[in-house]
Amino acid sequence: MTAVGDIAKYLGDAGTRAALLDMLLDHVYLSLVPLVVSVVLAVLLGLLCHRFRQVNATLIGMSNIVYTIPSLALFAIIPALIGTQVLDPLNVIIALTVYTTALLVRPVAEALAAVPAHVTAAATAMGFRPLRRFLTVELPLSVPVLAAGVRVGSVSNISLVSVGALIGTGGLGTLFTDGFRQRYLAPIIIGIVLTLVLALVVDLLLVLLRNRLTPWARVGKP
Amino acid sequence: MIEFRDVTKRFDDGTTAVNGLDLVVEAGTITVFVGPSGCGKTTSLRMVNRMIDPTSGTVLVDGEDVLGVDPPTLRRGIGYVIQQAGLFPHRTVLDNVATVPLLTGWTRRKARQRAAELLELVGLPAELGHRYPVQLSGGQQQRVGVARALAADPPVLLMDEPFSAVDPVVREGLQDELLRLQAELDKTIVFVTHDIDEAVRIGDKVAVMRTGGFLAQYAPPAELLTRPADDFVAGFVGKDRGYRSLSFVDSSGVEVAEVATVAEGSASESSPDWRLVVDADKRPQGWVAPDGSVVPGGSLYEVGASIRGALDAALSSPSGLGVVVDAGGHLAGVVTARQVLDVIESRRG
Amino acid sequence: MIFADAFAWLLDPVNWSGGKSIPVRVGIHLLYCLGAVLGASLIAVPLGLYVGHTGRGGVVLVGGSNALRALPTLGLVTFLYLIAGGGTVGVLIGLIVLAVPPILAGAYAGIQDVDRGVVDAARGMGMTGSQRLWRVEVPNALPLLVGGLRNATLQVVATASVAAYVGIETLGRPLLDGLRVLDYGQFVGGAILIAVLAVVLDVVLAGVGRLVVPAGLRLSAAPAGRTRSRRTQRGRREEPVPVESGGSTA
Repeated sequence: MTAVGDIAKYLGDAGTRAALLDMLLDHVYLSLVPLVVSVVLAVLLGLLCHRFRQVNATLIGMSNIVYTIPSLALFAIIPALIGTQVLDPLNVIIALTVYTTALLVRPVAEALAAVPAHVTAAATAMGFRPLRRFLTVELPLSVPVLAAGVRVGSVSNISLVSVGALIGTGGLGTLFTDGFRQRYLAPIIIGIVLTLVLALVVDLLLVLLRNRLTPWARVGKP
Repeated sequence: MIEFRDVTKRFDDGTTAVNGLDLVVEAGTITVFVGPSGCGKTTSLRMVNRMIDPTSGTVLVDGEDVLGVDPPTLRRGIGYVIQQAGLFPHRTVLDNVATVPLLTGWTRRKARQRAAELLELVGLPAELGHRYPVQLSGGQQQRVGVARALAADPPVLLMDEPFSAVDPVVREGLQDELLRLQAELDKTIVFVTHDIDEAVRIGDKVAVMRTGGFLAQYAPPAELLTRPADDFVAGFVGKDRGYRSLSFVDSSGVEVAEVATVAEGSASESSPDWRLVVDADKRPQGWVAPDGSVVPGGSLYEVGASIRGALDAALSSPSGLGVVVDAGGHLAGVVTARQVLDVIESRRG
Repeated sequence: MIFADAFAWLLDPVNWSGGKSIPVRVGIHLLYCLGAVLGASLIAVPLGLYVGHTGRGGVVLVGGSNALRALPTLGLVTFLYLIAGGGTVGVLIGLIVLAVPPILAGAYAGIQDVDRGVVDAARGMGMTGSQRLWRVEVPNALPLLVGGLRNATLQVVATASVAAYVGIETLGRPLLDGLRVLDYGQFVGGAILIAVLAVVLDVVLAGVGRLVVPAGLRLSAAPAGRTRSRRTQRGRREEPVPVESGGSTA
């Protein structure tokens, strides 16, 4: 297999390996910062949706529209809107934050709505004030659904960051554009594999975190 | 004491849930609000802890207008139990019970200790404390719900159809448990149910409410059964209210007669009379019919219980003789339906 | 103003004629999207229905579907271009891979979320497995199934722009060209075209959804005033949010 030989040769170079590590770290940074920011934003927006029916319809509609904007367009249009440099990684971060927030708002709102009415009623009746009730009852109970959304968000972010390579900030995506320009498969294969492995590892960590946060969700009936 | 003064609640959609309710719930009693769907019983209950505020009128708890108290503060001092228990699925049983003490600033250690005491009080084994609600049966969840409501030792307890979602046998056990707890704790309890039998069974006083939010009758259960205020109450109370009202009549004057017995296991020979089979402890085991066959007995009547039990023992007995036992279950004698009815008749006259 | 530039580009007659005109690119973009959604449906719908109906392999399905989502489309497209020696197949496969997970999720969750009581009743009335699937489960699963198709279409339409990188004349072309020469009018104009295309397709699919989803299911999804409605286990459908202290009058 020439491909295997190519890959071995490609990886044989210490400079390449260092560059790969840089790209990987870039990729992690570009995909996970938006994820964390989005979770916070989505929880706040989801809360608004949950409390106010009007906001709900508007935000859900908006988040659907966000998805119609091609990621490439969003990456490149942000500099024009907020005045960052075209090559600024912030563009990718902001764009992915917009996407991921749009992705998460709906599940968060639904998870909050799915908290049984009798549970929130019981909390209110025991004298929980709204903020405390939200933080200690409704939010923890939404974690399983939120976690499912975050997992999808992390996977799609990790895969989307690559598109940023077309505007010069793509983490591992740079391997695809490099490989394509040079008609060279090795970096492309390595890029795909590293992206998959990264997605898998992050997903695993997210599952561990979720399990840590929701011991109650995995107890069986007696 | 809880007082409703001319309380009316109209919802935004125009329905009137409660209509000019005037009612006093005495301290240390169980008052049951009962009625069909849409009669406003739950709305009335929820106005006590301000889950709903009245459109007009005043609700007073211990003389204080609840509208003058900040809702969360008010609610922490009032226990609340609901049909689905409303337990927090993400917290252990112990932490569920400790909720209100923690809210009111107890240390975690002290709150958990209190929670453990309460689990014992409601008859749950301590090891259940570390489980999650989903791991409990419906009846156990309701007990946890009651324990949680009692955790901060509130003087007032609001119970909204707390036992409606469990099966009849468990429900009866929970009702007994509630009566036992009440004898011990002496709370002011408002209890909502749509089940008139439950209302009559546990209420010191029962408020029958009618669709549209009207109070139809507010009276002790015996009075409700014997003197319903109108056709609606009579209809709601049900068909055999005459018989059921005997639950509230004591049995003094019912004469207990001797009965022929045979020891369990001894050879049965024919005899013109029915004879009662007893074991070595004199506990009734069944009857020997005149033809020598052994048949199971009817219900047992414990001395001192209501006269309804005496009549039922006689009516359900294959021999027509109701078996009377003492508190230990030992045979005390027999009664006939005629005797019991004579006593009831003579009470009327 | 970049939007003014964008409209100037969009309205420029030069861009509306010839082999690389807007209509031609819209057509090519649409063709690829259609091919990708169709191809993905052929794979994902039967698989989702099968797994949802039998209940076997759900975990594998969800895991596999998530792994697919992790595949970077750009990487896949460039990879396939190099090994297949051309863009068409690579782009199609890349987009199919992108469209499979949402369709699969819709089909699987649709069947899974059908009220167990309804399926039980169907079994009790003597329906065979396939009768249950086609007469009960699939009709009830249609809202989520159509939802999955709509999601897939949105993603495919947005991502088909990447195909321009390997030389396919989709609506991604003006994006890449605009970017290379920093012509924001052309760039934003292309983005607007893609977004409009996505919205139009979404509206069309929503209409199709209304036509194929049985009336009884549409009715249950309509808001019903103050009523407390029971949510399905997963709470996926849009239903009125239970009111907290509103109108429970026992």
